[in-house]
Amino acid sequence: MKFPLNMVAALGALVLGTVEFVGELGIFAISGVSHIFRPPYYPRLIWRSLMEIGFYSLPVVALTALFTGMVLALQSYTGFSRFNAESAIASIVVLSVTRELGPVLAGLMVSGRAGAAMAAELGTMRVTDQIDALSTLSTDPMKYLVAPRLLAGVIALPLLVGIADILGVMGGFLVSTEKLGFTPGTYLISTFSHLQVEDVVSGLIKAAVFGFIISLMGCFNGYRSKGGAQGVGGATTSAVVTASILILALDYILTQVLFVK
Amino acid sequence: MTQPKIRIRGLKKAFGDKKVLDGIDLDVMPGTGMVVIGGSGSGKSVLIKSIIGLVTPDSGVIEIDGEDVLKASRGRARELRAQIGMLFQNGALFDSLPVWENVTFGLLAQNKIRRSAARDKAIEVLAQVGLADNVAALSPSELSGGMQKRVALARAIASEPAIMFFDEPTTGLDPIMGAVIDELIVDCVKRLGSTSIAITHDMASAQRIGDRAAMLYEGRVCWTGAADELLTSTDPVVDQFTHGRAHGPIKMALRR
Repeated sequence: MKFPLNMVAALGALVLGTVEFVGELGIFAISGVSHIFRPPYYPRLIWRSLMEIGFYSLPVVALTALFTGMVLALQSYTGFSRFNAESAIASIVVLSVTRELGPVLAGLMVSGRAGAAMAAELGTMRVTDQIDALSTLSTDPMKYLVAPRLLAGVIALPLLVGIADILGVMGGFLVSTEKLGFTPGTYLISTFSHLQVEDVVSGLIKAAVFGFIISLMGCFNGYRSKGGAQGVGGATTSAVVTASILILALDYILTQVLFVK
Repeated sequence: MTQPKIRIRGLKKAFGDKKVLDGIDLDVMPGTGMVVIGGSGSGKSVLIKSIIGLVTPDSGVIEIDGEDVLKASRGRARELRAQIGMLFQNGALFDSLPVWENVTFGLLAQNKIRRSAARDKAIEVLAQVGLADNVAALSPSELSGGMQKRVALARAIASEPAIMFFDEPTTGLDPIMGAVIDELIVDCVKRLGSTSIAITHDMASAQRIGDRAAMLYEGRVCWTGAADELLTSTDPVVDQFTHGRAHGPIKMALRR
């Protein structure tokens, strides 16, 4: 009799825990967003977060995009050559990169770099009383720590993805022209003839959403961390894992909304 | 009769099943220093955090200058609490900012000074806690424990608060540095005419910085008196605690 009761109790605890987590996250997100629009504003902190999320993530995102474009061209060639469809490589590369791989891979890389750093910084501030100290110095921690990061995430990710798109296409171009025998002119004409504005814009919209998610999960997990070094480590791991899962899940939902008519 | 600067009545706070504060009554008169002592986990920090607004009590009254901060509007409560300066146990300096920005953080947040004047103001306040002007440009991580404590004290006094809280100000310092910090605290509080509440386990420190003392035990204030009577009190709880006796009415939760 005890075994099934324990199972029900565990299931109930899981459901309650999930509901509590979602509720806390929702309240945190609404509070953070509302502080973006209410003074005082902290332009220096927004700039610092932009540099942290955007500029310092540029090398890793650029390399990821470049190699992804190169691999995509190579893989497409080996597959499509069986059907004499090599001419589709350019459009496959540009559409895959702008619509899907650019935002998703940039999101995952930035989540691992900047999202983890955010959670670690805020988590350390929490366990060393720095967040409480902010409150005692007439400063709202949500406004000072969270709002600038949320805004910076929404701005920085589309900029990064714009650059990633260009580098991804460049990667495909390099492999196709240097290794696979395409002429540069033909490749570029093929690339741009199949590319539409909405392909790029949809990728940038996805990037803005992913940027928000990365900052939100980084701040949320760091802000409520407790228990010293172990707690901060746990918060950092949670920030990356939850942001990565949400990016992949939201990618499907956004693709459904943006492309399926 | 003079109105207490801080008046607390029936303050209760529980975390789950654990009652941390179980009806605290405490008066702190203007311009006096109150030292709160009690064992680890007796609710001293929760009491201070409740007054500052970092913890929301379950019930009770916290009055500052006769106004209940728990019933005041959010804006008014923020105004009342803006007159509080706090020295955290580990300093809680912002490690992403240099010392001068740490010291003037509250003043800049309240728009009391311009950013261009902040560095000079920081150097002036740092001098009051015995630190040279070259410290202003350093990062908190470059400072020793004692210097960090002084910078944290400088940050707490920079906005000349009417109320000051000190959370274990001498913890982690050697006895000489502890005495120096206590001396600075007394100087600052006297110069500003502030009302202060300090939490400490250090009896020598308690007697140096406090005028009055209160002992927390089982979620309540079990004794109040003059700080210099702490070591001579006949109250069995205070006597056991201040003399560090293993046996007496206070039972530590030890599993053997």
